[in-house]
Amino acid sequence: MGIETSCDETGVALLRWEPAQPGRGLLAHALYSQIRLHAEYGGVVPELASRDHVRKLLPLVRQALAEAGLTPQDLGGVAYTAGPGLVGALLVGAAAGRAMAWALGVPAIGVHHMEGHLLAPLLEEDPPRPPFVALLVSGGHSLLVEVKGIGEYRILGDTLDDAAGEAFDKTAKLMGLPYPGGPELARLAGQGRPGMFRFPRPMTDRPGLDFSFSGLKTQVLLAWQKSDRSEQTRADIARAFEEAIVDTLLIKCRRALQATGAKRLVIAGGVGANRRLRAELAAAGEQDGFRTYFPRPAFCTDNGAMIALAGAIRLAAGQQQGESVDVHPRWDLSGLPPAPQALAGQE
Amino acid sequence: MAEQTWPLPDEPATAALAAQWAKALDGGLVIYLHGELGAGKTSFARALLGAAGVGERIKSPTYSLVEGYLAGDRPAWHLDLYRIADPDELQWLGLDSLADPAALVLVEWPERGAGALPAADLELQLDYAGAGRRAAAASRSARGERLLQRLNGLQR
Repeated sequence: MGIETSCDETGVALLRWEPAQPGRGLLAHALYSQIRLHAEYGGVVPELASRDHVRKLLPLVRQALAEAGLTPQDLGGVAYTAGPGLVGALLVGAAAGRAMAWALGVPAIGVHHMEGHLLAPLLEEDPPRPPFVALLVSGGHSLLVEVKGIGEYRILGDTLDDAAGEAFDKTAKLMGLPYPGGPELARLAGQGRPGMFRFPRPMTDRPGLDFSFSGLKTQVLLAWQKSDRSEQTRADIARAFEEAIVDTLLIKCRRALQATGAKRLVIAGGVGANRRLRAELAAAGEQDGFRTYFPRPAFCTDNGAMIALAGAIRLAAGQQQGESVDVHPRWDLSGLPPAPQALAGQE
Repeated sequence: MAEQTWPLPDEPATAALAAQWAKALDGGLVIYLHGELGAGKTSFARALLGAAGVGERIKSPTYSLVEGYLAGDRPAWHLDLYRIADPDELQWLGLDSLADPAALVLVEWPERGAGALPAADLELQLDYAGAGRRAAAASRSARGERLLQRLNGLQR
């Protein structure tokens, strides 16, 4: 069982460990926001506050077990997100997960949230094998990571200020769309005319793989305020903004692949669903000779399946958590222990 | 209570003001940061934390809601409550540690955490002014008042 409670989402998933094709072992995965809790609450689904993992978690555990046709006694291990994240939110998943494992007499493992994201594409058919480069772009992250093997991660680049998804959401708000308007901004960009506006590609004029998206907000706001503020202008600015973000990500991905010699690029995180980004990266891959891997949208955003997967890999490698409940609100991804040969067929 | 304003024509001006604030700090302080989206609240917070001795990357806390640092030997917290819809949600943030009187606490969108936050020593309002910004600080406690006085001394 995998439990995710590090920030906004409460997620639970069940995975039977199949090293050659992990995705085939996925038995159930559910987010609180998606499931129907009619059985649990007698037909009335209560409005619970964001991040109220305490009230959401156990109904979700029961729902996942019911979906898979399993009982708690069928579990062979419990994985939970141990960090990084909000301390109060992490403690809910960690305490519940550790206690459940203890009561059942099975091993427990605390998982690094970002390792979950990095390994999420392994849940798809034809999963990428390390070594690969991963671009993780979401509302909270803009990260380039070299993945040499399970637990062998090197951070190549990170944002100095705003994450890519945050830049989308805030830029949308500056042009009068409701927050979070990133997906709506991307939709508008599809109606924008090319070449009407142009914004800088931050930090691409110098070497390095770090990002900075905060300054684009002011650029867009000034362009918007000076404009006629028509619907077409909003779409034109959205298009130029999206091009600036996608182009910047593309330039840095190419640099990262060149620097590492990797031939596979994994794109994860909510912004990974952006159409222009997918199309541009796929085209660049054909041109430069690298392959792109995109997890399905449900596994791009925070979810329990990626935690079940990362936990299963580490339990299979013989790692497990002691009997204490430990969380790490801050946790360095590059400091994780390696788990060599955890995956069958790894190169 | 004292008030003070500064023109901030560009980002270096923001950094210079933040550096003066860092120099004027002599203990814990709680600062509420006000201003529209993009007005420079995070930029000022980043510059202040950096000048106060945080030696690592200071990312926007909009998604993570709270980030903790060490500024020299002083604990520092940077909060952004923009995504908070209900002050009840604050219980997941581990806010107990904000009560440390030695801590430097910077809060963006504090009105969304009304009742669950430590009281402000200073409130800083950032506004657009042409292509630049304008900053206005008001003290809300004796600690905040002392900081503004020391700032005055530094700027004279």
